[in-house]
Amino acid sequence: MFLRYCLLFFAASAGSLVASSDSKLSGQHSVGSSQGHESHAAEAHDGDHAASEPDEAVFNPKEMIMHHIADSHGWHIMDWNEREIGIPLPVILWTREGLVVFSSSLFHHDSEGMHVAESGGQRFVNLHEKIYYASDAPNEHGIYAQADPITHEVTNLQPWDISITKNVASLFVSAVIILVLFTRAAKFYAKNSDAAPRGLAGFVEPLVVFVRDDIAKNNIGPHYKKFVPLLLTIFFFIWVNNLMGLVPFFPGGANVTGNIAVTMVLAFVAFVVTNFNGKRHYWNHILWMPGLPVAVKPLLAIVEIIGIFTKPFSLMIRLFANITAGHIIVLSLVSLIFIFETLWVSPVSVLLTLFISVLELLVTALQAYIFTLLTALYLGAALQEEHH
Amino acid sequence: MDIVTPGFGLIFWTTLTFFLLLFLLAKFAWKPILQAVQDREESINAALKAAESAKSEVAALQNSNEQFLKEAREAREAMLKEARSMRDKTIADAKEAASEEASKVLELARIQIDNEKKAAMAEVKNQVAQLAIDMSERILRAELKDAEAQRALVDRAMLDLKSGN
Repeated sequence: MFLRYCLLFFAASAGSLVASSDSKLSGQHSVGSSQGHESHAAEAHDGDHAASEPDEAVFNPKEMIMHHIADSHGWHIMDWNEREIGIPLPVILWTREGLVVFSSSLFHHDSEGMHVAESGGQRFVNLHEKIYYASDAPNEHGIYAQADPITHEVTNLQPWDISITKNVASLFVSAVIILVLFTRAAKFYAKNSDAAPRGLAGFVEPLVVFVRDDIAKNNIGPHYKKFVPLLLTIFFFIWVNNLMGLVPFFPGGANVTGNIAVTMVLAFVAFVVTNFNGKRHYWNHILWMPGLPVAVKPLLAIVEIIGIFTKPFSLMIRLFANITAGHIIVLSLVSLIFIFETLWVSPVSVLLTLFISVLELLVTALQAYIFTLLTALYLGAALQEEHH
Repeated sequence: MDIVTPGFGLIFWTTLTFFLLLFLLAKFAWKPILQAVQDREESINAALKAAESAKSEVAALQNSNEQFLKEAREAREAMLKEARSMRDKTIADAKEAASEEASKVLELARIQIDNEKKAAMAEVKNQVAQLAIDMSERILRAELKDAEAQRALVDRAMLDLKSGN
């Protein structure tokens, strides 16, 4: 695990190193390359960098990587003859005047705040994949947003954004795949009630039994049955989304389980299920640990209460960081070709990418397993009965 | 950093999708699959248990068969032994009874023979005495036809008596 975080760090720092040297060399990288830095407000940069369009000739791997692991409002598939080919996705906003829905194609593939989309009598811009109410007029860089001169924060207001983004769409695709896979497997059992599993059921059953026996039964204890459906859903939800993230082309390639929002929801589910099922014994051990001097008990209670939150927090960060790291490494390796600007690097790139991809294949299952296992462990601790 | 800031929209859709998925899978996938797997496990367990019990039943049957055989063998042995001893006893008894009877018959025969002998002897004695008396009567008659002869006899008898003392 440590190694992976090192790799993540290495990849990220390598990316930023190249990026910074690029901008120093070219001296005209302000709007595009500042993406991913704390300041999104490109317009805050002053007139030295008058050219707001990034130089197409200089490849910025950090920008490319950050773009790929981040969410977006359209599903970019590829560039063809200088034209972007992608699937426009619905933008759904809860605005001051109610619900507004329009296609992301109204932004014309723009995420620099240059194109205003008008819908329902309101104007919006997409600035670094965040939707803002557009300013009446563009600033000197052609961006329809204003920034605070000191903090560089965008001052424009944001509507509540519940758009079907790339990640959401990918989530739906994975959900449909999971549903079809398992309901079809379930049909086998309806038809052949006592036969040995074959086909899809033969593939699915060992996995289901593995989750039930090795994850749920071994860690939760006697009342495990109630939680098996939840653990199964968590396991396959994470695994399938991880796998979809490894597929380099449509409809894969989104970074769903490497997005902190997704892992946060999953960790929150684990948190709620664990603490709402906590028995007397569990809370007793958190709030008033038996068998200790009274003076120590409140101290330990504080530590234990923090522990309630750090456990799901670690779940959230672990999955997010592992999957994001995998994506960054693969993208970095592919970027090598463009950084060195020679085709001769490509064998190295491809072989290394292949190696990492195979490793990631393992990681997809491993991370799904670890998340589910730890959830089951926490549940087991919460459900533990008093044993004298 | 943008990548560690969870977006509201994605949280919303993930929650919705996850719970919808959980509900649908639990109802249409996990329930039938887990039920089928459990049923199969139970039926396999039941079959194994049945096989085990059948095996132990057969073993018990075999055991009891052997027991029966052993008992039967023992019973036969005992019966044979008893028969043998009975035969021996019967033979011995018969022998004893026969010899007893034989000796009894012999005794009886001896007594009878003795009696016959005594009777015969008595008969002979009687006959002899009769004969003697008859003879002596005849002799006496003949002798005592004259007085002379009678006297001579008395004298002789007197003489005998005298010398006999």
